[in-house]
Amino acid sequence: MNPLLIRGGHLIDPGAGIDGLHDILLKDGRVAEVAGPGRIKPANGASGPDPQLIDATGLIVAPGLVDIHVHLREPGQGHKETIATGTRAAAAGGFTSVAAMPNTRPVNDSPEITRWMQAAERGASIRVFPIAAATRGSRGEAINDYEALKSAGAVAVTDDGAPILKDSIMRETLAAAARVGLSVIQHAEDTRLTEGASMNAGPMAFMLGLRGMSSWAESGIVERDIRLITELGDARAHLHVAHTSTAAAIAAVRQARRNGLRVSCEVAPHHFLLTEEWVGDYNTNAKMNPPLRSAADRDAMIEAILDGLVDAIATDHAPHAIHEKEVEFEQAPNGITGLETALGLSLRWLHREWKLPLGRVLSLLSAQPAALLGLKGRGTLTVGSFADVVVFDPKAEWTYQARETRSKSRNTPFDGWIMQGKIRWTISEGRIAFSNS
Amino acid sequence: MHSTAPVARRQFPTPPAPASRFPLHPGSLLSVADLSLADISHLLGRATVLENQDALTRDRILAKRRVALLFYESSTRTRTSFELAAKALGADTTLVSSLSSSIEKGESLKDTGLTLGALGAEAIILRHNWSGAPWLLQSQARLPVLNAGDGMHEHPTQALLDLRTILAHLRPGVETVTQETLAGVTITIVGDILHSRVARSNMLLLPRLGARVLLSGPRELLPDMAAQTGPGIEVERNLETALGQSEAVMMLRIQAERLAGLHVDLETYKANYQLTGQRLAAAAAKAIVMHPGPIIRGLEVTAGVADGPQSVILEQVRNGVAIRMAVVERALTVGQKGACT
Repeated sequence: MNPLLIRGGHLIDPGAGIDGLHDILLKDGRVAEVAGPGRIKPANGASGPDPQLIDATGLIVAPGLVDIHVHLREPGQGHKETIATGTRAAAAGGFTSVAAMPNTRPVNDSPEITRWMQAAERGASIRVFPIAAATRGSRGEAINDYEALKSAGAVAVTDDGAPILKDSIMRETLAAAARVGLSVIQHAEDTRLTEGASMNAGPMAFMLGLRGMSSWAESGIVERDIRLITELGDARAHLHVAHTSTAAAIAAVRQARRNGLRVSCEVAPHHFLLTEEWVGDYNTNAKMNPPLRSAADRDAMIEAILDGLVDAIATDHAPHAIHEKEVEFEQAPNGITGLETALGLSLRWLHREWKLPLGRVLSLLSAQPAALLGLKGRGTLTVGSFADVVVFDPKAEWTYQARETRSKSRNTPFDGWIMQGKIRWTISEGRIAFSNS
Repeated sequence: MHSTAPVARRQFPTPPAPASRFPLHPGSLLSVADLSLADISHLLGRATVLENQDALTRDRILAKRRVALLFYESSTRTRTSFELAAKALGADTTLVSSLSSSIEKGESLKDTGLTLGALGAEAIILRHNWSGAPWLLQSQARLPVLNAGDGMHEHPTQALLDLRTILAHLRPGVETVTQETLAGVTITIVGDILHSRVARSNMLLLPRLGARVLLSGPRELLPDMAAQTGPGIEVERNLETALGQSEAVMMLRIQAERLAGLHVDLETYKANYQLTGQRLAAAAAKAIVMHPGPIIRGLEVTAGVADGPQSVILEQVRNGVAIRMAVVERALTVGQKGACT
């Protein structure tokens, strides 16, 4: 593997506070040197092969993006996605690290599956960090051995797709995860209130003849979890609220933070862009869980991102085969793909329309999510970090075409949408994982 | 007192509302919202013409054209009247129902629709237990799709036949409708609004003609938010109060099959919402009494009211055939040379 020298680019490393013209040398899978333009000489006295040159003139060079919420569907549902195809889509979207949810078949509740997902034979283009199931089979009844899961490479625990509903089990999960230093990610949905529901509750669901999910089915669980973590009183405990979608849940997280608790949250691009209106003519590509909410909820997501409450943008990339989505709305599975559109949508809307500085957009997509799950050497380009880099043209506009996706699935509501920021190279641990130059 | 002025929210430029994802066939009828007032007037006019036409002349309008009835739910009135309507115009009809077809073997709605198209069906009349199913079928099949009831969503031909019934009594002779046709008229819909596609189609249709629609029922069957679903729609939980203002009252069946764990105490329900002869005489002695059927006698209405002089329930059924003749004719002739549109 030849070293890579990226020259002439505008380097933004939000974690390190770098925002300016810098060259960067990648060697042996790590960042070897960061210096002003032209300061790194190709030969530089070092032995070994000459570095391959990447001309980044006019481009942004940033830490490879980190998505802490993806469904790669392996093991068990290779017709939707595989680790190989999902990570190719991730690389095309500028991601170099993804955290894979455990709702596979079987559920990833064991060190064996956790290791299997990280094995070289899976053919991943970028780094995959498994998130293990919090409870056996994600049934919410008995907690797993977090020590063993962590040793096998798990970076957090969750029953995502379902909540940890019982107070006693959630309390035990928070305590046990805190002891081994793992985050607990909660899919906040009181499923006792959402049975048979397929979209946001409200007048629109009423007129479409669909049963609705109320916002308090989400915020009620967030509030319950905050109460449990408060009672626990262990400073090591970390609660992370997945795919936050309601103003009420945001308000609960805001209060918890004021109280000094380690409670964080992520928001998906579809929840800061779309509303329940997108269900429209029963579009199953507008069906996900949590559902698209009211305009007031959507605006609350935007505000919470802009004012700094939100800790990460995460896609909840949830591929499903065409035939699975081409069914009656209530019968369709939840979820949309998102890895290839997250940066383009974030730059187009968060940065251009809503004026969030570029560095903060990139931080929400790299440094902050990496820090949340303690992914050391990720989300930053300081010397010695992993050579995970994305190089993109921040001004370029392009149109997303779902049929050209690298994912196995194309269930996206963003087909035909204008994106901003064209990715030219994605480099994972010093290897070019994606290029479009 | 504290100020209750709302905090000024920042207004964000946001993505434009979604466009419809696929074209509707011009002959399709998925929602009453798809019909303009001119379309509605046309259908009402054609219903009268076709109803009065000589059977042997009428028989040639759609001679040997093929219409499929695709029924995922049981039905007496809707299925029979669509079938009689299509046959009255000379069309061949075929019935595919979920219990006697490959649907039982797991065939999807998409494949069933494509298969019916390949068999030569020129229009599909769909009754389905899931809301929105006609849109799925329309997105896959380039055929006119007629919604004969989808889940808890809509039943557009029922709303049209209800309109024809209401007009016959309150605006005799009127077939060309405008925004004022039903101005000053109050229509009360009573009972299980939550699960009723008939209620939703009427809520979308009647206010467009100027009518005021009152909804009456207990909270578990009529959530407060129903009042926010459109202009001209109000909730009045006291049945007597609602009846006292109404020229027409539409009674609905409690849909036990869709209650999904919801518990309704039937004795309390009857005490508050059953339409009895006494209630009717006291509060709405002149109103017409409607019901889309099937009726559960002794629950939402007493037998005396169902069979009484104010009941127009069987007239509704007759109007169903006339309206469906017009809707099927439109499905198979719209856009054709010489066809009236």
